[in-house]
Amino acid sequence: MLIEAKDICFSYRKNRSILEHVDFTMDAGERVALVGPSGCGKSTLAQILAGYLKPESGTILFEGKPLPRKGYCPVQLIYQHPEKAVNPRWKLSRTLTEGWEPQEELLKWMGIEKEWLSRYPAELSGGELQRFCIARAMSPKTRCVIADEMTAMLDVITQAQIWDVMLKMAERRKLGLLVVTHRMELAERICTRVVRFEELVEENPANVL
Amino acid sequence: MEHKEPILDIKNLSVSFRMYEKGLEQKDLKVISNLNIHVDEGEILAIVGSSGSGKSLLASTVLGILPKNASVTGDMRYYGQPMTIELQQRLRGREIALVPQSVEYLDPLMKTGKQVVGVRGTKEKQRLAFKRYGLQREVEELYPFQLSGGMARRVLVSTAVIGDAKLIVADEPTPGMSKAMAEEAMSNFRTLADEGKGIILITHDIDLAFEYADRIAIFYAGTTVETALAEDFGRGPEALRHPYSKALWEALPQNGFKPIPGTQPYAGSIPGGCLFAPRCLYKTEECLGEIPMRTLRGGEVCCIHAD
Amino acid sequence: MRNVNRRTKTLLLIGMICVILLGIAASGLVMNPESYAPDYAAKKLPPSAAHWFGTDYLGRDMFCRTIKGLSTSILLGTLAAGVSAVIALVFGILSATVGGVIDKMISYLVDLFMGIPHLVLLMLISFALGKGLKGVIIGIALTHWPNLTRVIRAEVLQIKNMQYVKAAERFGRTKVQIACEHIIPHVIPQFIVGLILLFPHAILHEAGVTFLGFGLGVDTPAIGIILSEALKHISTGMWWLVFFPGMLLVMVVMLFDKLGDDIKLLIDPMSAQE
Repeated sequence: MLIEAKDICFSYRKNRSILEHVDFTMDAGERVALVGPSGCGKSTLAQILAGYLKPESGTILFEGKPLPRKGYCPVQLIYQHPEKAVNPRWKLSRTLTEGWEPQEELLKWMGIEKEWLSRYPAELSGGELQRFCIARAMSPKTRCVIADEMTAMLDVITQAQIWDVMLKMAERRKLGLLVVTHRMELAERICTRVVRFEELVEENPANVL
Repeated sequence: MEHKEPILDIKNLSVSFRMYEKGLEQKDLKVISNLNIHVDEGEILAIVGSSGSGKSLLASTVLGILPKNASVTGDMRYYGQPMTIELQQRLRGREIALVPQSVEYLDPLMKTGKQVVGVRGTKEKQRLAFKRYGLQREVEELYPFQLSGGMARRVLVSTAVIGDAKLIVADEPTPGMSKAMAEEAMSNFRTLADEGKGIILITHDIDLAFEYADRIAIFYAGTTVETALAEDFGRGPEALRHPYSKALWEALPQNGFKPIPGTQPYAGSIPGGCLFAPRCLYKTEECLGEIPMRTLRGGEVCCIHAD
Repeated sequence: MRNVNRRTKTLLLIGMICVILLGIAASGLVMNPESYAPDYAAKKLPPSAAHWFGTDYLGRDMFCRTIKGLSTSILLGTLAAGVSAVIALVFGILSATVGGVIDKMISYLVDLFMGIPHLVLLMLISFALGKGLKGVIIGIALTHWPNLTRVIRAEVLQIKNMQYVKAAERFGRTKVQIACEHIIPHVIPQFIVGLILLFPHAILHEAGVTFLGFGLGVDTPAIGIILSEALKHISTGMWWLVFFPGMLLVMVVMLFDKLGDDIKLLIDPMSAQE
């Protein structure tokens, strides 16, 4: 089991829980789509699985062990808004090497032009920035990528470009891929298994009244 | 049927911004160039294109709410009258209404009912609009943060219809909505159009646009490359006119998910001639010259090779 | 000036203000004490070509005394505002990043200091430390940090929740690395504007506390001393003793204020492109 989340509960405000006793599991090499309407809590679950948020209760095991709280996290999150995921004051070369030192060959393979490295985020488009965010998270230590509406803000051609890169990368590194999206067409196109968020909630016996 | 003036007719519109380049040097950044669209009564014109293609900027231009460092050239007419700043001021909020992107455009400290009434509406009109969109009486008394996503959308639409607007500009009204909610919002717009209003629907969701709109204008790098009939999208790439539109169709996940290489040129480094030429398979010498918008198979296209 | 853009104009203005303020500070520093020494042959003279601001009841030249006094004020203001701003920066960042008990304590201190009128607290501290230069500097430094602390705390809290900061954590960056690489560079512009806008407060409070007799000694040429001495003589018609020093004090304070506002205008992304 690559990721095993058990009995996850979470709420942003008291008495208004957004996740109640949610279970989720995922195997290595699987490409899982998590589909659900906006505001249902799928982004929250993604952030919990990547260690961005701490669940109120429940456990998350990665390859049988808890996620490390310090150091490089083997589960990396790619966010919906690439422009918010990079420091606007940093040149992209600095952003890119924050977690590891990607090789030039990899950058070329991912379609990152050399001249982009010396620019600031405001000078690049969303699609170009998203490539940087993916490359930045592709350290050999990364075992699983969670793409939270990764291409929702991009136009269809750029979406197709980014997924092309991401899928090639997942193949090459044998990564687990969790795709959080509200678009069924996309989920069916790229994933080996589609999970509807509602099912996750309903499946748990604790939620059956 | 007698020929009527379009509500809004835009020809050769260009918008540029004065920006600081390095330190104290300023330069003009052209964001929209040679843009052509028109909206007739009773139709939904969808504007689709990638982010950075100038879609939202077009909305600000039509409403006359551009920032101070922008300059506009070209011909913009409202029922045949040239659109001046004074006219825009007079029409804004009365005959031309904006449905903004999100509830963040509402005043968080004011009850929604009062906001929808605004400066020009009346309580009765507001109640009527709320009733029409299935909003309960109690919603009047709620503050924006208490509204659910779907309620908020309906409140925003109510603000636009209350003033009896002739032209409604909806800027990305559906992102973040579930399919059912988006469909409900779109059918609301459809009903408004059927009542004779003109609607400009700015979106990047092509599926939704071709389901509900009458015509679709495709934006690329700040210009219109094609205006197609909505049905053309259903018929596939052969029915479309511009190579970019065809590429767009083929990149949809349900159609092939096939990307073409390259990126949209940046504002400021717009090439001469056809803006799509650097990524185009059919590129020839002539593509570097002036490319006029021409009528083709019931739509319009900005390409010399289209047939 | 039609062809000059706003950024150039603002920069020119900032340059001019800096030159004036630095000029006053420097000329006070290099001024010969002789030039404002008592001269009993020239007592109580109204403004003239020889004595621009007139002379007082000891025959001291009021122009030189005023400039010297303002120079002291500016230097003292720089030091006190600087210390105050550094306290604010440290407290603000600590409060927002460590959180918990530290945050509660700092917030409590902020509320405590803001609840007591500045001047009263300033008088107490200055008096407890034996008045004089030391008392005033420490007094001002200790009373002016709460506002800026709040601003910086809010700013840090906001940036701490940015996606790119959270991502940095997942890339294995430590808390200290994140603070130095992401957070501090982000609050520096706020910090500079806050620092400059502290100056006028510091200067006015220095003058105020000295005027009330809890600040600098009577023998130092300070604006507060000048004004309080002048008050005794105003009924005899020696208006120039109050008018010129007072006006210059207001001018210096307004220049600092304008400087802070202009820098803010350049830094603030909302107005930076105008």
